[in-house]
Amino acid sequence: MLLALTLVLLLSARALASDSRLTGEAFDMPGDGGGSIGLRWQGGFEETAEVHYQITLSDREQGAFHLVATIPANTHYEKDRAAPWWVIGTPQPQMHFFQVSTVADSPLLDETRYFVKIRALIGDEQFESPVFSAVPQPNWFQWAKLNNFLFMLMFGAGVLLSIRSARMKPTLFLRRIPGVDAVEEAIGRAAETGRPILYLTGSGELTGRGDASNMATIAATVLLGEVAKRAAGSGTAIKVPHRSPIVMAIAQDMLKNAYRTAGRPDAYADESNFFIAADQFAYTAAVDGIMLRERPAANFFVGYYYAESLLLAETGAATGAVQIAGTDAEHQLPFFIATCDYTLIGEELYAASAYLSRDPALVGTLRGQDLGKGFLLIGLVAGTGLLTLGDMTGGTVWETAVQIFHDFR
Amino acid sequence: MRFWQQTLPLLITFVFGLALVLQYYVPHPASEHFLQEISLWSQIIAGFAIVLGVGSLLSTHYQKITRQEAGWGYSAVLFVSLLTVFGAGLWAEGKAEGTFFGWLYDYVLVALQGTMFSLLAFFVASAAYRAFRARTPEATILLSAAVLVMAGRVPLGESLLPGVGTLADWIMTVPNTAAQRGILIGVSLGAIATSIKIIFGIERAYLGGGDGA
Repeated sequence: MLLALTLVLLLSARALASDSRLTGEAFDMPGDGGGSIGLRWQGGFEETAEVHYQITLSDREQGAFHLVATIPANTHYEKDRAAPWWVIGTPQPQMHFFQVSTVADSPLLDETRYFVKIRALIGDEQFESPVFSAVPQPNWFQWAKLNNFLFMLMFGAGVLLSIRSARMKPTLFLRRIPGVDAVEEAIGRAAETGRPILYLTGSGELTGRGDASNMATIAATVLLGEVAKRAAGSGTAIKVPHRSPIVMAIAQDMLKNAYRTAGRPDAYADESNFFIAADQFAYTAAVDGIMLRERPAANFFVGYYYAESLLLAETGAATGAVQIAGTDAEHQLPFFIATCDYTLIGEELYAASAYLSRDPALVGTLRGQDLGKGFLLIGLVAGTGLLTLGDMTGGTVWETAVQIFHDFR
Repeated sequence: MRFWQQTLPLLITFVFGLALVLQYYVPHPASEHFLQEISLWSQIIAGFAIVLGVGSLLSTHYQKITRQEAGWGYSAVLFVSLLTVFGAGLWAEGKAEGTFFGWLYDYVLVALQGTMFSLLAFFVASAAYRAFRARTPEATILLSAAVLVMAGRVPLGESLLPGVGTLADWIMTVPNTAAQRGILIGVSLGAIATSIKIIFGIERAYLGGGDGA
């Protein structure tokens, strides 16, 4: 079938001369990992569904051209590309675009020159473009992420400057977070009743694979250090069961250090920090059992959680313990809010260690975050205003500005 | 000693943290290869870490049994279960199909997991009862929103209160999405700021060395 199609194309290619109305270019796709070329062309024909363009490709200028795609002439415009304006520039209204990554079911090879011909099919008539060529190459920067990169640099610089500023002037105001204030109350209650504190670091992993749970888990271990210091100071036992052995190893060092800092290194026991199971519900069942048998005075659910959040927190609520949760898993927040006395919502989890330690460096980070939020808030308000004005006036004046905001998403 | 406990881990964190941040912006195949390699190393480390975990689990429960602590019988059950599954796995050479090891997985572990998961329905009901008691204005708003959304999601609600489906959709797509996005923005900035602190060694409590900043 392919051979027949190729022969047809070869025969028809000989019969056709290039048409001056089909102008365009082939180019290496900018900011990609290689293996693809882009085509831009203008037909000068009627832009209807009845007119079609055939895209053919070969690795030799005079070789057999393989059919890549046949598209209606009223589709595949450059203006429809999902790429920001600094990558594609200002697209011309009738300019078509097509990205080629495979030919005859094989991926394009980097550093190989490919030749492209575009053919317009109008009824029985055919018009062919001159031969365009391009060499796919891998790139070292994804230009479509330039805005993201610049924002990260600006935000990073803002955070580092805020930390420096906080170190020089360590009296920054911190808004009260009820959930963090309640940490002292929970530990105090445990000390009074002589019952332990249960601290869970969540179901997050620290595997370095970049899943969303990593940062919340790190925040949970950092907060564990602060809670453990206070627990050790008041002579309260703390139990830390884990789902991840890596987190367990990190928490072990945090706990030892917390007890040492509190002047109670002898009170630290290795069995207070232990691994249960990596399986979600085996872990949940075991922790529920601990809650029901040992009746901790306070339960901390900090870190990243999945479906086990409610099974844990509701069991804890049934035992009458003071419950403090902190997570950035937005789908689990309602469950914690319904079942816990205090919940650290989203970013409050990251702010908690700064609030408890009052370390100027950590407090400065919060100021940096606020600057970032301020910047995004201004962007949101300005973008909303532009869209509203554009909709109200109906003019094209706002389109460019709205497009800029749209691309900065 | 300080070099091994503080300087080297901080250096490794800085180099790999920065490299992984930059990797996000580099589409070159070398960058993808680097990410795959890191992922592979992570799996190897996680594999070794499980030995630590199992060691901790066995040690904890062994002490419970030897000290005859309250609930030590459960620890004995754990040892028996662990040895049974481990023995079945060795006997079946790790194959699940048509073996006792596979049977244990299909008819014991999966059933237990299903039981725990199905308990959620009852826990949702009791948590909802507690949350929806209209004691405060906020709880009343929560209750009203929940009733409207639930009514809008079932045919009976729409037939009793025409238009409630549209209202439920509006609650979910406008106020609910706005709140979720607000949380997401704060979480993202908090996560980036925490990453910066860790990469640049400002936050080093995770090293356990006591030098918080």
